[in-house]
Amino acid sequence: MTEKLVIIGNGMAPGRMLEHLFEAAPGRYAVTIFNAEPRVNYNRLMLSPVLSGEKTYEEIITHGDDWYAENGVTLHKSSPVTLIDREARKVISTNGIVADYDKLVIATGSSPFIPPVPGHQLPGVVTYRDLDDVDKMLAVGPGARVVVIGGGLLGLEAAAGLKMRGMDVTVLHLMPTLMERQLDPAAGYLLEKAFKDRGVTVITKANTKQVLGTDRVEGVELNDGMIIPCEMVVMAVGIRPSSGLAKASGLAVNRGIVVDDQMRTDDPHIFALGECAEHRGTCYGLVAPLYEMGQVLAHTLAEQEASYQGSVTSTKLKVTGIDLFSAGDFGEGEDREEIVLRDATAGVYKRLVLKDDRIIGAVLYGETADGPWFFDMLKRGVDTRELRDTLIFGQAYQGGTPLDPMAAVAALPDEAEICGCNGVCKGKITGAITGKGLTSLDGVRAHTKASASCGSCTHLVEQLLHATLGDAYNPAAVQPMCPCTEYGHDDVRRLIIAKGLKSIPAVMQELEWKTSCGCAKCRPALNYYLVADWPGEYEDDGQSRFINERVHANIQKDGTYSVVPRMWGGMTNPKELRAIADVADKFAIPAVKVTGGQRIDLLGVKKEDLPAVWADLNAAGMVSGAAYAKGLRTVKTCVGSDWCRFGTQDSTGLGIRIEKFMWGAWTPAKLKLAVSGCPRNCAEATCKDIGVICVDSGYDIHFAGAAGLDIKGTELLCHADSEDEALEIIVALTQLYREQGRYLERIYKWAKRVGTPSIKANVVDDLAKRRHYFERFVYSQTFAQVDPWEERVNGKDAHEFAAMAEFGMPVAAE
Amino acid sequence: MTEWIEIGSIDAIPRRGSRCVNTPAGRIAVFRTQDDQIFAIENRCPHRQGPLSEGIVHGASVTCPLHNWVFDLATGQALGADEGQVKTYPIDIVERRIFMAGERILVAAE
Ligand code: SRM
Ligand SMILES: Cc1cc2nc3c(=O)[nH]c(=O)nc-3n(C[C@H](O)[C@H](O)[C@H](O)COP(=O)(O)OP(=O)(O)OC[C@H]3O[C@@H](n4cnc5c(N)ncnc54)[C@H](O)[C@@H]3O)c2cc1C
Ligand code: SF4
Ligand code: FES
Repeated sequence: MTEKLVIIGNGMAPGRMLEHLFEAAPGRYAVTIFNAEPRVNYNRLMLSPVLSGEKTYEEIITHGDDWYAENGVTLHKSSPVTLIDREARKVISTNGIVADYDKLVIATGSSPFIPPVPGHQLPGVVTYRDLDDVDKMLAVGPGARVVVIGGGLLGLEAAAGLKMRGMDVTVLHLMPTLMERQLDPAAGYLLEKAFKDRGVTVITKANTKQVLGTDRVEGVELNDGMIIPCEMVVMAVGIRPSSGLAKASGLAVNRGIVVDDQMRTDDPHIFALGECAEHRGTCYGLVAPLYEMGQVLAHTLAEQEASYQGSVTSTKLKVTGIDLFSAGDFGEGEDREEIVLRDATAGVYKRLVLKDDRIIGAVLYGETADGPWFFDMLKRGVDTRELRDTLIFGQAYQGGTPLDPMAAVAALPDEAEICGCNGVCKGKITGAITGKGLTSLDGVRAHTKASASCGSCTHLVEQLLHATLGDAYNPAAVQPMCPCTEYGHDDVRRLIIAKGLKSIPAVMQELEWKTSCGCAKCRPALNYYLVADWPGEYEDDGQSRFINERVHANIQKDGTYSVVPRMWGGMTNPKELRAIADVADKFAIPAVKVTGGQRIDLLGVKKEDLPAVWADLNAAGMVSGAAYAKGLRTVKTCVGSDWCRFGTQDSTGLGIRIEKFMWGAWTPAKLKLAVSGCPRNCAEATCKDIGVICVDSGYDIHFAGAAGLDIKGTELLCHADSEDEALEIIVALTQLYREQGRYLERIYKWAKRVGTPSIKANVVDDLAKRRHYFERFVYSQTFAQVDPWEERVNGKDAHEFAAMAEFGMPVAAE
Repeated sequence: MTEWIEIGSIDAIPRRGSRCVNTPAGRIAVFRTQDDQIFAIENRCPHRQGPLSEGIVHGASVTCPLHNWVFDLATGQALGADEGQVKTYPIDIVERRIFMAGERILVAAE
């Protein structure tokens, strides 16, 4: 008979425990989980990258709805348990769900501690524990002033993330230096400086007196009278095990729920697991020990022998660009020795705490590659006397000549722990690689869990793959951008933001480009990323643009150029047509053609004539049609309700409105739109990057079509009731694409890569996000909507349009 | 004896850019690299006559704007898989002023 297993809390610990349980005793239990959060299980560690925008929620889900279905697990979302009836062996949730159990696991995790200062209950005071908290933090939007109280790991990750989201962040820390439990004052200072360099204000020795505000947060006042105005306060001063429910049920509770080595509470039917549990007097706040507990509990539930012996922990600060590793114990003591290495210019700091010649604590700042090596020796209690002189320089220096990093991983013993979160040692990884024929990082993650949690050991796992497979390992799951770099487009985009890189030389320097100034592939891509990511701050680099975008005309096979003025939505008038005709005559332009994009192309213009041609077109009110741009090209329209007997809406008007709103925008690849007045679709909207089909009830917004090298009909994104709504969605969609697309990747390829659901989630389902993207586009347009022709008519880049010197007879254009 | 003719200042050419010198024998493209080296080559790609002066300049090479052949500015050799060569012209620089050997410029003028 299957037994009933009920779990309270759906966090990281029970997720892992169940995986072990289903392996050890498949089918033995019918599992029911109650979760206070309204969602499936996700990787809580990765909330910081979600907060900073480096990852999305979808990317950090560890157990999706299908996992629960496949394993027959009943998950009650949004159902916090409020009562455990130990007599009757049942639990009851606030929304009235009752479940009987044979075995009960309490895995309620921790709750953030909120210091009871006056004002702490005001709206605008948030904590940092789950996805709802992240959403609350992001809701205040870029530009908001935020005070983070607490300069520990969590507070600093929050501060870094909020800063990357464009907020104005101040960190208040009670002690004189940051992370004083792990770092000595000098290293704390390095960390403080790194945050200040990112534009985060750090105030130490800051004792919060009260949170100010009447209806919501308006500021924070310190004991010394200083007032910091703000719209949001993030409390990150510490966590408390969530043991209230257990206590109310009469279970033995100290700080956490007291468990024995089998994770059993003082009620033989009830177990506790994770941060809410207290084992041998210790409550843990990191994930590695919880996974070990989960394994022990799974065996206990499967009636197999297992015992938990406590854990030694190590941790890493997950802020991109700041490398910090710490493990073990740092308390001072008579019997302890320290080895410290400082390299101020390189920003490196290393500290080892030794007792009886054995490492008991390690802090690495700036250079953390040796973290696993030190941690391994710490856990194994290796006697370091022999290594003493060179110990601090790390593994590479042992034995005289520095080893290369590959040789260093190769030299690690099989028991060396590679993934701290999941307790995976080197031998297990190399064993899986050879045993299971794994060839990729994802394969290793799936089979061993190594690098699947916080990801900070990814580099080591890749080196192991390389060391084990040799050249058969092809990490090019990530295709480098070009031979100048190892990074793929996505990494480069992420790092540009994360490291605040604002020029091409800065990118090349920081990301260790292998060539002195890139190549014709990477430079235009970098230029676009910087233009898109830092509107108003980055100065466009013309020399990194393809000739067409540099001189704002299309080069032809004979070295002449074509000129295509905008015709908004395909509409023109006698004045414009006359100006085009006049210009063609005046400059003896050999060809005038109607393009496939509903406008007119003047072909065969000599380069030196371009500014004069543009001056005449400008005078008639025309601007560049950007027919050369990785940017907004055309918005084709049909005549719609203005004239057509079938027209349902003003398709011409909407097309013109969209084109006037979006012209000038740079995008990863060219962007073509169309608006058709009815499903007969005369503007061919259903093969465009973005297309609108007007219907009686409003506007069907389509996207991801193609009619060039590939042919593909669009997908329906959503329906909009009004023109305003349609415009907002189209613009938000474009901005999302601008921020995520790889250079030269058309919308349909991008959509295929990231998936339509994630696009919908950002620009359709969530109004706040849609507005956020919309506003970013609008902001960027304030710098982009300048007619490049007019600029050049007025003298910009004059060198482009004239020879440097002339000798003898003038030559004809080649 | 070589007569050196001044064609302009290196400041007239943008870094990682190029300007043309028109001669009766055709256009010569004069390049300035990021580190201020100056090179002069024939402005005609051997592939299909693309104007090399319009290409993207990287290191001491240029990528043709029409079909992306890459040329070494110092030797005029096509790099990579492509085969071909453009003429190069000697250059002299005195106090940021660029001089080109006159016989090369004027040869076809006679
Ligand atoms: C002028 C025009 C043909 C015409 O005479 O009608 C044209 C001309 C060129 N197209 Fe096009 N395309 C023109 C409409 C189209 C269309 C139809 C449309 O826009 O409705 C398509 C199919 C839709 C699409 O964009 O996918 C089209 C798909 C392409 C492609 C394939 C793109 C793809 O991702 O599959 C290229 C090649 C590329 O971009 O790499 C291309 C590239 C070119 C280039 C820029 C080739 C080049 O790199 O030099 C041609 C430049 C000629 C010039 O100097 O004007 N052209 N091209 C049309 C200008 C439209 C305009 O007013 O801006
Ligand atoms: C932003 C952030 C970054 C972190 N980074 C790291 C890191 O880099 N490395 C590391 O080792 N650790 C890190 N941690 C800590 C790590 O996430 C936790 O140790 C781990 O998630 C704890 O797992 P758990 O299952 O015990 O609890 P949780 O994952 O907290 O899950 C508990 C769940 O129980 C639910 N719950 C609570 N009460 C009830 C109830 N009465 N009824 C039903 N459901 C209930 C909660 O809503 C929650 O979903 C981080 C934590 C945060 C918040
Ligand atoms: S189809 Fe487009 S790219 Fe091809 S020749 Fe015609 S204009 Fe040029
Ligand atoms: S003309 Fe230069 S590569 Fe084709």
